[in-house]
Amino acid sequence: MSSNPAGVVGFSPASSGRQLGRGPASEAAARAKSARRRQLGFRAIALGYLALLLLAPVAMIFYRTFEHGLSPVWNAVSAPNAQHAFWLSIEIVAIAVPLNTIFGIGMALLLERGRFWGKSALGLLIDLPFAISPVVVGLSLVLVYGKTGWLGDWLAEQGIQVIFSVPGMVIATAVVSLPFVVRETMPVLRELGTDAEQAAETLGASAWQAFWRVTLPGIRWGVVYGVVLTTARALGEFGAVSIVSGRIEGQTQTLPLYVQDRFENFDITGAYTAAVVLALLALATLLAMNLLTRRAHRGTAI
Amino acid sequence: MLGIYLTVLVLLPVAALLAKSGSGGTSAFWREISNPEAVAAIKLTLIVSAIVVTINAVFGTLVAWVLVRDEFRGKKIVNALIDLPFALPTIVAGVVLLALYGKDSPIGIDVAFTRASVGLALLFVTLPFVVRSVQPVLLGLDLAMEEAAASLGAGPLTVLRRIVLPTLAPAIISGVALSFARAIGEYGSLVLITGNLPFKTEAGSVYIFGQIQNENLAAAAAVSVVLLLAALLVLALLGFALRRRSRHVL
Repeated sequence: MSSNPAGVVGFSPASSGRQLGRGPASEAAARAKSARRRQLGFRAIALGYLALLLLAPVAMIFYRTFEHGLSPVWNAVSAPNAQHAFWLSIEIVAIAVPLNTIFGIGMALLLERGRFWGKSALGLLIDLPFAISPVVVGLSLVLVYGKTGWLGDWLAEQGIQVIFSVPGMVIATAVVSLPFVVRETMPVLRELGTDAEQAAETLGASAWQAFWRVTLPGIRWGVVYGVVLTTARALGEFGAVSIVSGRIEGQTQTLPLYVQDRFENFDITGAYTAAVVLALLALATLLAMNLLTRRAHRGTAI
Repeated sequence: MLGIYLTVLVLLPVAALLAKSGSGGTSAFWREISNPEAVAAIKLTLIVSAIVVTINAVFGTLVAWVLVRDEFRGKKIVNALIDLPFALPTIVAGVVLLALYGKDSPIGIDVAFTRASVGLALLFVTLPFVVRSVQPVLLGLDLAMEEAAASLGAGPLTVLRRIVLPTLAPAIISGVALSFARAIGEYGSLVLITGNLPFKTEAGSVYIFGQIQNENLAAAAAVSVVLLLAALLVLALLGFALRRRSRHVL
């Protein structure tokens, strides 16, 4: 930088006409002032946009839920169908998330460490659930596991009902949240490298021991981050589950489906209360994500 | 084991979808997707998604800029809240938007059951994409280059056009492509706020849902394949554009 950058600007055709008769110092001040004004303008527009699109609507629903005090909220929370929906959501998450976690770690290892033909195609396949509409996921599952689906007759012979019951809902939830753990684990795995694992194996550790003692501790924050994202997505999944569940009240109704059901039956308090429960879980997810990113940064610094 | 899991969850269902959409031959497929209601739904989805990602490109970049270059109280909280649309269940997004912009709107703006509501819901659920893809690039952008350009007499607009935007372009494009793929498949946030009126506010995904309810699986599968291809096309173009660009730079 020259000692007097504003002096250089004075030669430019754009500013020489406008700033005629002013000293370089005042010109620098004017430029700083207009930059400052621009900065404030950008800030106002950006924050205004976020407030109108994001914050105000979310704040509004909290206000509407609690505006008549706690007792209608308590009644809405303790309604039997609400309770059932909540616990069904938890049950589905408790099955789908561990499955996706084990699969995700295994698939990340395979994609990151493996060398085989068709690896990039496999990577694309893993990402496919992100490109497919949840509704299409639901439809595809019906076409395989439904009564008229490919495996429909066979499943009926075995006495297994997938569509319109919990197994189908677990599968739908697992599909839409499939890529998270894979995608969050892969970069951490790459960063970790294979040196420590090889050292462990040279020292006599079995592959299994090396995985448990060296690899897994090294990638744990990536995995946990992926698990948080998987859980949030699994808890909130709507479209795919809506199709495969048949939306049977008190039986196959998850919390998001319950929100829709209450809303369409003009039970606004019931809908808002369930929505607020889900929104609180979403905020908890954000908090967890932030703590984990901070933790991960500290981890790499050590 | 991994293979079985992937087959049960993804491979078999996608194969079944493709098989179903092609089961009646090309003429049946064409008939299903040229049904006027299906055409209207697909058109609405594509047009509104295109408008939404354009708005995302502008405001997403601006928000990223403010989060990286500006300093103000509460910035960390704002930054954390950007991801809220990803964490919030889509049906809740719909309810939340209706609480402020529905018929009981305290500010007198009621967009429920209009085409604007489709755009509003899609803007909400796709908000983080551009912000999150531009932010890291902006963090890595060297301020010295902009200062040098300014000291050589470039006005703020020239600096933006010649230095900042070209550097950010790949990130903006990738955010836009991800937003688009998400927008054309979106369902949950649209259900309550758009009213699902055929020929007016019925989006592609909502049309598919209706056809499944009517047990018209062939029609649902055909339109599904169209939406899926549109999403894959955009993502493939993105991959292509980024690869070409990186080769160009290197």
